[in-house]
Amino acid sequence: MTTDGGPARLRVRWLAAGMAAVVVAAVAGLALGAVQLDPLGVLAELLNLIPGVHLHSGLNEREAAIVTELRLPRVTLGLLVGATLALAGGCYQGVFRNPLADPYLLGVAAGAGLGATIAIALRGTAFGFAVPAAAFVGALLAVGMAYVLGGVYRTPATLILAGVAVASFLTAIQTVVQQRNADTLREVYSWILGQLATGGWRDVLIVLPYTVIAGALILVRGRVLDVLAVGDEEAASLGVNPKVTRYTLVVAASLATAAAVAVSGLIAFVGIIVPHTIRLLAGASYRVILPLSALFGGAFLAVADLIARTALAPAELPIGVITAFFGAPFFFLVLRTSRMTS
Amino acid sequence: MIAARDVRVRLGGAEILCGVDLDVADGEWLTVIGPNGAGKSTLLRAVGGLVAYTGSITVGDTSVQRLRRRDLARLLAVVPQSPVIPPGMHVFDYVLLGRTPYLPPLGRESEKDRAVVRDVLARMDLTGFADRPLDTLSGGERQRAVLARALAQGATVLLLDEPTTALDIGHQQDVLELVDQLRRDHGLTVLSTMHDLLIAGEYADRLVLLAAGRVVAAGPPAEVLTEKLLATHYRAAVRVVDGLVVPVRRDSSHHRPSSGSTAGTYP
Repeated sequence: MTTDGGPARLRVRWLAAGMAAVVVAAVAGLALGAVQLDPLGVLAELLNLIPGVHLHSGLNEREAAIVTELRLPRVTLGLLVGATLALAGGCYQGVFRNPLADPYLLGVAAGAGLGATIAIALRGTAFGFAVPAAAFVGALLAVGMAYVLGGVYRTPATLILAGVAVASFLTAIQTVVQQRNADTLREVYSWILGQLATGGWRDVLIVLPYTVIAGALILVRGRVLDVLAVGDEEAASLGVNPKVTRYTLVVAASLATAAAVAVSGLIAFVGIIVPHTIRLLAGASYRVILPLSALFGGAFLAVADLIARTALAPAELPIGVITAFFGAPFFFLVLRTSRMTS
Repeated sequence: MIAARDVRVRLGGAEILCGVDLDVADGEWLTVIGPNGAGKSTLLRAVGGLVAYTGSITVGDTSVQRLRRRDLARLLAVVPQSPVIPPGMHVFDYVLLGRTPYLPPLGRESEKDRAVVRDVLARMDLTGFADRPLDTLSGGERQRAVLARALAQGATVLLLDEPTTALDIGHQQDVLELVDQLRRDHGLTVLSTMHDLLIAGEYADRLVLLAAGRVVAAGPPAEVLTEKLLATHYRAAVRVVDGLVVPVRRDSSHHRPSSGSTAGTYP
């Protein structure tokens, strides 16, 4: 290894692996399902979406429509939501200097869930731009509560314990709201289970602006998160304002979580496991963790969604079941091997 | 270089510094000594702009409070008493953090910043450690890495808070001689705090004795390290022999071989 550039640099092979994972997950998600399609044909059909490209895909009109109109919005949504949750998780971990922080343990997702439930109950539908806005307010409320109650200056465990308490509290309120609005009960319930089944281009459009803005805000701050790793006082002595940095990043990560929760319901696990795995495999710098988390998180959720809709077809499993079922053993494996080698 | 006038700091309702005056000349090494809780670290943190104070502290000709954080970080580097060691961070990246005040807000390090780090690592004899995770280094090596980060800041003032705690006497000397050499080679001004009076007197040009948030003595080591001052402010029984502070046991009976007493007997 050479010192030139420093070990924190995002290695090309990791970036390439992340992009390859996204492409493989996307093509698999588009090709597999109730109707099996030729992956190469699907790839060609994808490339045809680029203006000026005309390839012969070998798919008939109906199959092409399945790819571009039926499956593509859902796969895109999976990629976006997975990337967003993983990125937000990585960001929280850096901001709170706590490897256990994630949108679910901090109660952020529960807060977003409460906000979204209230919006659905009031409006009678899970669609529309009011849901992400309400989810965002709930998310900020939750992270604020966890932060104040748990305190960032105490042990990493206190913040998480506070987050768990906040999550339970907000979930309790959310359940009450849900039960008292029987007419929208089913709508809320299916949304809470966490699935991308309702995903159409409308959902993609709802989540996209939030994801892009929050994602950009977080991705450009990777280096500052590395500085925060030495603690607030040392970060301050290096010329960084830790408070301002923390607030802006918490708002960005909560915005991202809220948008993801608003369109996909509660999908646990991605936010904590993906950044963790990246940290163990590719390095501890947030300049590595953040972009790779976005790529692999997206790929992971797209694959999880594929399994969710094919494993017990024609029935669909909630995607959260899949993320936990496959993510947890994989994570144990990574944890074990990295502990043994280090 | 550094001038502090009537500096007061309140933390958690208690007044930690009660009107401290301090002057550190260009290129001087001044060490603040004093018993536990005297306010040594707080004084350093005030000079480093890391804690709110009243009164005035100037570095060069500018007030610490008026300087933007980034500008202060280019002027003055802090080596904390117990630096946070981020898990998994490599020495090169850690030292590269010292370049933070020179980067544009969203920018990354340039080749020049890397060159500075390589140069600092070479000077600190750390080149071979560049790719090692910081948490695998020994105490002495780690302290060198922390100093290297401070040097990478390119500051002319070095604030060292207990730079030799947790080091054995040989490594203490290594670190302090290194600081002394850097000071002479680069014209750095050093303000440090220290517990070990022998070491403090050996390396500093001048000492300031702080007790209960006030400066009670200042001057060359020989004038500050006196039996009377140390007895009063440290409540310590010491003898000063040839400028060296030697602790003596308060209860002189322990010097005699104990026959009947139970205290101090071992099975």
